[in-house]
Amino acid sequence: MFKGLITRRAAAALAVTASAAFVAPAFAQQGGVIRIGSIKTLEGPFATGGQDAVRALTMAFEEVNFTVAGKKIEWVRESSNAQADVALARARKLIEQDQVDIIIGPLSGAEGMALRDYSRTLTGNTIVNGQSAAADTTLRDVSPNFFRFNGDGMQWIAGLGTYAYKTMNARHVAMVGGDYAFPYAQVFGFMQEFCKLGGKVTKLWSPLGTTDFASTIASIPKNADAVLVIHGGTDALAFLTQYAQAGGQQPLIAGPVTVDQVVMSARGPHRRLLNNLISAGPIVDDSDDPTWKAFVDRYKKRFPDGFAAPSINAVHYYIAARAVLMALEQVKGDLSSNQQAFQAALAKLEVPTPMGGKVRLDDNRQAIASNFIRRVVDRNGQLFTTQVERFDNVTQTYGMPRAEFLALGSPSRDNPSCPPQ
Amino acid sequence: MTGATAATVVLNGLTLAALYFIVASGFSLIFGLMRTVNMAHGSLYLIGAYIGYAVFEPLYDRDLWYAWYVAILVGMAAAALFGILMQTALLGWMQGQELRQALVTIALSIIVADQLLARFGGTPRQFFAPDALFGSTSIPLIGNYPTFRLVQIGVALAVGIGLWLLLNRTRIGLMVRAGVDDRPMLAAMGVNVPLVAVAVFALGAALAGLGGVIGATAQPLAQGVDARFLLTALVVVIVGGMGSIAGTAIGALLVGLAEQIGQALFPTYSVILTFLIMVIVLALRPQGIMGRAR
Repeated sequence: MFKGLITRRAAAALAVTASAAFVAPAFAQQGGVIRIGSIKTLEGPFATGGQDAVRALTMAFEEVNFTVAGKKIEWVRESSNAQADVALARARKLIEQDQVDIIIGPLSGAEGMALRDYSRTLTGNTIVNGQSAAADTTLRDVSPNFFRFNGDGMQWIAGLGTYAYKTMNARHVAMVGGDYAFPYAQVFGFMQEFCKLGGKVTKLWSPLGTTDFASTIASIPKNADAVLVIHGGTDALAFLTQYAQAGGQQPLIAGPVTVDQVVMSARGPHRRLLNNLISAGPIVDDSDDPTWKAFVDRYKKRFPDGFAAPSINAVHYYIAARAVLMALEQVKGDLSSNQQAFQAALAKLEVPTPMGGKVRLDDNRQAIASNFIRRVVDRNGQLFTTQVERFDNVTQTYGMPRAEFLALGSPSRDNPSCPPQ
Repeated sequence: MTGATAATVVLNGLTLAALYFIVASGFSLIFGLMRTVNMAHGSLYLIGAYIGYAVFEPLYDRDLWYAWYVAILVGMAAAALFGILMQTALLGWMQGQELRQALVTIALSIIVADQLLARFGGTPRQFFAPDALFGSTSIPLIGNYPTFRLVQIGVALAVGIGLWLLLNRTRIGLMVRAGVDDRPMLAAMGVNVPLVAVAVFALGAALAGLGGVIGATAQPLAQGVDARFLLTALVVVIVGGMGSIAGTAIGALLVGLAEQIGQALFPTYSVILTFLIMVIVLALRPQGIMGRAR
């Protein structure tokens, strides 16, 4: 008798599960739910940045109470470790198993290239970049389903080459950076300006995840006028500490992720080197802009355990989430006919940024955004960046016609090249 | 490359090798001598470093000069304690079952990493070396060289000599070596073999903890370094030969030098060099350079 009962119950449960499995996708499409997946690095060298990206997404979704155009937002979180294959596997899982409509992410350069390629194989899904910033993601072999509301590595360093040459009077710069797509783009941008003015650059690459930079430091030419640091996360921390330990004397200048709250908030001997450091980047921590101040206040109130100011990761994931929400609002949550209306709305958006500016997209769905030259200041033991110069409407091609810019070739280990004689 | 740069790169290799030796010597004791497959050796490194840091930070904030030295002791003690727990609660009763030990310790390493992430967060940390050890020292031919890297060599030498004396010149060392060769006979002689095993495991774990604090002073401490140091320790012990202190030293030297010289000469492919060494050693001398053929 019991046996019969159990069997009947099991059959009923099976029936419910089965019908749910069939109904759920249809419900997600037409009914009251929009599923948004996110990919950020909660493992590996950029784990801290990934954590801040989660904070930013939480803020963006909580602001609209997890509802957009009358529909409920379901947020499926995934993590990767800054490796392209892992990001790709997680994206597949989000699309195929979790059946999300939209992915926000990824965070790191090579991951972005992988997801751009993956997005091309999708119909009816959109990937809005989190903050990955390899140049070629939206420059070569672009995908119609991939949108990027942040500048790329080149845009983030705009102005620094000119500053190094004209203001610091540097003629020979030694560059130390991670050996992958995102630093290639930054170095390409720096050299666009610096080499055109007549400067020379020695490049010293290290694999991502290097922890002992002693021999790289020993290889820095003694006659270099400055050292350009393009490392991020723990790599930056290791390099700066060991440079301080080795008694390095050459002035440092830095890229956008070297001087970020991820590195500035960490305790350690590297902080002595950071004070007064000049760097380029898309955000300034200590801006007077009221929009920024309000954003920082909201961030600190919601996340007392967060950074002293939102990191670059938080800002870009927030902008990406805002773009998705604005476009969904405009099309009233309509994701039918392969998200055509939604994608058209995304392409035409002007998204207000937490920095008080606006970001819009070019024909390749790549952001046209502002960039800054910043100086690090110490406020009661907390390090912040302050604005030295501001450049608006920085395009991915540095203002050149796209064809002419493409003819310069892809940023790589060896391109461009202007070594000292 | 100038002569001075070349000398610096070689010294960098030696100092990195010193760090690898400290971590790998513990691994060699546990894996090589006791034949316990401990895939959680990296976790012992993490435990030593994080617990050491938890004690270090408040002391450092109060400007106490001994903060770092206390961190070393606490880090070693914490790792040793965890090692004792591992050996008595889990590994002791699966002696000789390598696959089971490997799976259990891999599981442990995942649990430990997540617990540490939950407790300490993802922000990277670094110990501030005491001022006496921080700056740089002038060395003929090379010029100014980070003092702390020289300290690493000193610590590694002390560990190496200490271990050699312990294993070859003391009664405990005699028991350990006898236990490796013939456990039942040693037990029949009235020696408490499980207790010896726990002691050796504790010592190996303490060395991992020591490596943790020293390593986290030279390099940032963050999630994921456990896997890196486990891999390095594995390569060092496989290359050097299991259970041999001298072999571990040779393995550490080869790996450290390869990493630093590779970084200076061909940075993009330097990662391969380490594994190339392993492949060559395994092909020509599968038991490792100083390993005993079985």
